[in-house]
Amino acid sequence: MKIGVPRIEAVNDFVVKFANVNGSGSASANELFARSVLRMGVPVSPRNIFPSNIQGLPTWYEVRVSERGWLGRRGGVDLAVAMNPQTWDQDVAEIEPGGYLFHDSTKSLPASKFREDVTAIGVPLTEICAAKYSDPRERQLLKNIMVVGVLSALLGIEPEVIAQFLGEQYKGKDRLIKPNLDAFMTGLHYGREHLGAELGLKIGRRDAVGERIFVDGNAAAALGAVYGGATVCAWYPLTPSSSLAEAFDGYCAKFRVDPASGRKRYAIVQAEDELASIGIVIGAGWNGARAFTATSGPGVSLMSEFIGLAYFAEIPATIVNVQRGGPSTGMPTRTQQSDLISCAYASHGDTKHVLLFPEDPHECFEFAAAALDLADRLQTPVFLMSDLDIGMNQRLAAPFRWDDARRYDRGKVMTREELEAGHPFGRYRDADGDGIAYRTYPGTHPKRGAYFTRGTTKDADARYSESGPDYVENVQRLLRKFDAARALVPQPVLRRAEGKSRFGAIYFGSTSPAMAEAIDALAERGVALDTLRLRAFPFADSVAQFIAEHESVFVVEQNRDGQLRMMLVNELQIDPARLLPVLHYDGTPITARFITAAIGEQAGRAVVRPLKTGKAA
Amino acid sequence: MTYITKPKLHHPTLPANTLGLTRRDYEGKISTLCAGCGHDSISAAIVQACWELAIEPHRVAKLSGIGCSSKTPDYFLGQSHGFNSVHGRMPSVATGANLANRELLYLGVSGDGDSASIGLGQFAHLMRRGVNMTYIVENNGVYGLTKGQFSATADAGSKSKRGAVNKDAPIDMVSLALNMGATYVARSFSGDKAQLVPLIKGALAHRGAALLDVISPCVAFNNHAGSTKSYDYVREHNDAVNRLDFMPKREAIVADYSPGEVIEITLHDGSRLRLRKLAAGHDPGDRLAAINHIQSHQARGEVVTGLLYVDPGTEDLHEHLHTVETPLNRLTEAELCPGAARLAAINASLT
Repeated sequence: MKIGVPRIEAVNDFVVKFANVNGSGSASANELFARSVLRMGVPVSPRNIFPSNIQGLPTWYEVRVSERGWLGRRGGVDLAVAMNPQTWDQDVAEIEPGGYLFHDSTKSLPASKFREDVTAIGVPLTEICAAKYSDPRERQLLKNIMVVGVLSALLGIEPEVIAQFLGEQYKGKDRLIKPNLDAFMTGLHYGREHLGAELGLKIGRRDAVGERIFVDGNAAAALGAVYGGATVCAWYPLTPSSSLAEAFDGYCAKFRVDPASGRKRYAIVQAEDELASIGIVIGAGWNGARAFTATSGPGVSLMSEFIGLAYFAEIPATIVNVQRGGPSTGMPTRTQQSDLISCAYASHGDTKHVLLFPEDPHECFEFAAAALDLADRLQTPVFLMSDLDIGMNQRLAAPFRWDDARRYDRGKVMTREELEAGHPFGRYRDADGDGIAYRTYPGTHPKRGAYFTRGTTKDADARYSESGPDYVENVQRLLRKFDAARALVPQPVLRRAEGKSRFGAIYFGSTSPAMAEAIDALAERGVALDTLRLRAFPFADSVAQFIAEHESVFVVEQNRDGQLRMMLVNELQIDPARLLPVLHYDGTPITARFITAAIGEQAGRAVVRPLKTGKAA
Repeated sequence: MTYITKPKLHHPTLPANTLGLTRRDYEGKISTLCAGCGHDSISAAIVQACWELAIEPHRVAKLSGIGCSSKTPDYFLGQSHGFNSVHGRMPSVATGANLANRELLYLGVSGDGDSASIGLGQFAHLMRRGVNMTYIVENNGVYGLTKGQFSATADAGSKSKRGAVNKDAPIDMVSLALNMGATYVARSFSGDKAQLVPLIKGALAHRGAALLDVISPCVAFNNHAGSTKSYDYVREHNDAVNRLDFMPKREAIVADYSPGEVIEITLHDGSRLRLRKLAAGHDPGDRLAAINHIQSHQARGEVVTGLLYVDPGTEDLHEHLHTVETPLNRLTEAELCPGAARLAAINASLT
């Protein structure tokens, strides 16, 4: 240990990063670790950092332990569990000064491979496994569990917690419980017998998790689609969205099979491409079924022509975009919020689409169900803008809620009875002044209510028309409809600083946990910040008001070009000089450290004006 | 067009079908296609087939892509919902519509540009999924709306109106459909209503993906000497393998053919197809033989028409997916939403 660099000593507040090889079966052991900390009543936020590959490439699992409940990525590593020789140098370099390096000491490594300011904790894992197991597969899989055992001894995780969890995890596959538990105990005993106080990091039992659930955003959105009444799902495999459609399939198999006939109350089609998946969704939406697709940026690019059709012909469609790093194939396994513009204005001609911004799995569930209602109500495509950080990582979130009295909002659909009673019907007539017209489902009535749907211009009665006034009237009505959406979408969440603040910050989506932590850190540094978390586009009226109330407003987002900022400037006629971009776009989730530094610096400059040259500041 | 309205007068002596509807009740708006266009004859054949089958017009959903052919659903079945979608993508829209409500009849109309060029992928995947629908390709080998470019079904060696010769190999829609697993595959000619109407009726009654490739000459851009999709060329080279009679379930069997000349096929709804064999050795129940027959005749420059293949016992996409009998668009909260109590259990499992 280098003199002068103290060991990091922390209880319930540190970052552990597991470096693994993908395809080596580390995922379940990693999850076991994260869940065992949760069962100790201490919040964790794990993140998978993985390559676009199936086997052999490096993968990491970064677990932030935070008794205070910070769920954003922190940055920096206090304990590296270096199980991948390929990334050893990088993993060692990342450790904070005074941190720890846990490694397999079966083969000795030269001193140059270690750092003087990092405490190395070696365990001959391969040697123990080789002695204990004869099957190479077992050696590999159970080694990961054994690591959790050693860490439990070092960190002070109660073994009963792990035993209980393993029992739950392998319920029904009981024969797997014993070898796993045995491997865990081997690790635990080794740690207790051979290691002492090498590690300054500890887990102490708390009660800071509460009733929160631990789930990934894709599963949550899929469940939201089940609760929201989606019956048709068409999709094309695309990271990071694939697990959403697969989770929908899994939940439907549980909850949507008619018990009498064994037949399914849903249809899932893995389409040949994204053009087909959105086409299927639009066909189903036109015909009165609730339909959705899950995709990512490249898929939205392919869907763009169809999205314009759905906008112009006014057909409900729900599109979940689990965003990843673009453009092109970009960073397919990294996170970004860089599809705002491409979704908000998808397709040629003048278009505008409704976007919803969930902050976590709880809102993924809630907004997925809301999107299906909104699509029917507004008869238009609605995007649920998730991202890889929310979608593919398990996150602590408020439990899902559902009110059994809730009814699906199927929007303005004229029924056979209404047509029979002589209700006037014109597919694109603005009967109620909100820009939303009545539609009929195909097959409703033998004589009334049939109309022709098309992407070409038409008059209010859906007849083909190339007349300028017909066109203008129609697209103006679409604007009125979009305006009506403003009040229907989830409203922004305002959080005021304790004192009066000159600064505001606007953010959305997966930036939320890092932002919560940054607000706190900035307050400690004397920078008071009012914040507004946007939850949808079109922007609520309160957004312009919030901006007007502050001298400067930081717009924090995870893309290069400040896409939300552009939309605020254009849609709300804001002076661009008043919106200060805070942009993070390297593919890793944004951190509180990053936000604090970026805002702290700019706000600090503004707060502390030099006395003599006040104007220059 | 909004400026053309069709008179609603009915001739008092027009015959009515079992629903009491006349053919006029199956018509749509006035066609805006060129006079003599083959597509209008197909629209008329669709009207005739639906009238003869006494289909309730509003129980049909008409879908199309983009192009001259795709405009035609506006010109028939005015009481049906229609959907003129995007170029080459009618198949996916039809698939979604069909998933939403399995009780309606789905009639897709497309062209050779729409289905063989830009939409070839969607065409193929619809056929292989077995979407229960009638898919008519109005095939003229040319792009009409954009004024005379070759399409992917144009035969190699055929000449454009401006004299250019097509060098590319043609895509044969019936062979492709057979390869993709379509279960009712027929070809006809827009100028042969006697053949076309029963083929449409058979397709509408068939459960599964039914393809009808209808050679439909383009009078404006592909009806000249040197074209292989002109009226004259097709009349000269039409080689019908069979003649089809469609008999609804209720109709009694009348034996008026000698055995060996007739093949009778019972469809899933109990209606029957009676095929009078014209070409020796063609068995419409044999997919491989059908492909062989089509391609060997094609090599000789002959356009094989008739019902080329049918598998009456097929399962459609809904059967593959094992969906409920009730149309999905009619299910309510009671059937779709698992409810708060189950959600509480899910929450409990996620800690």
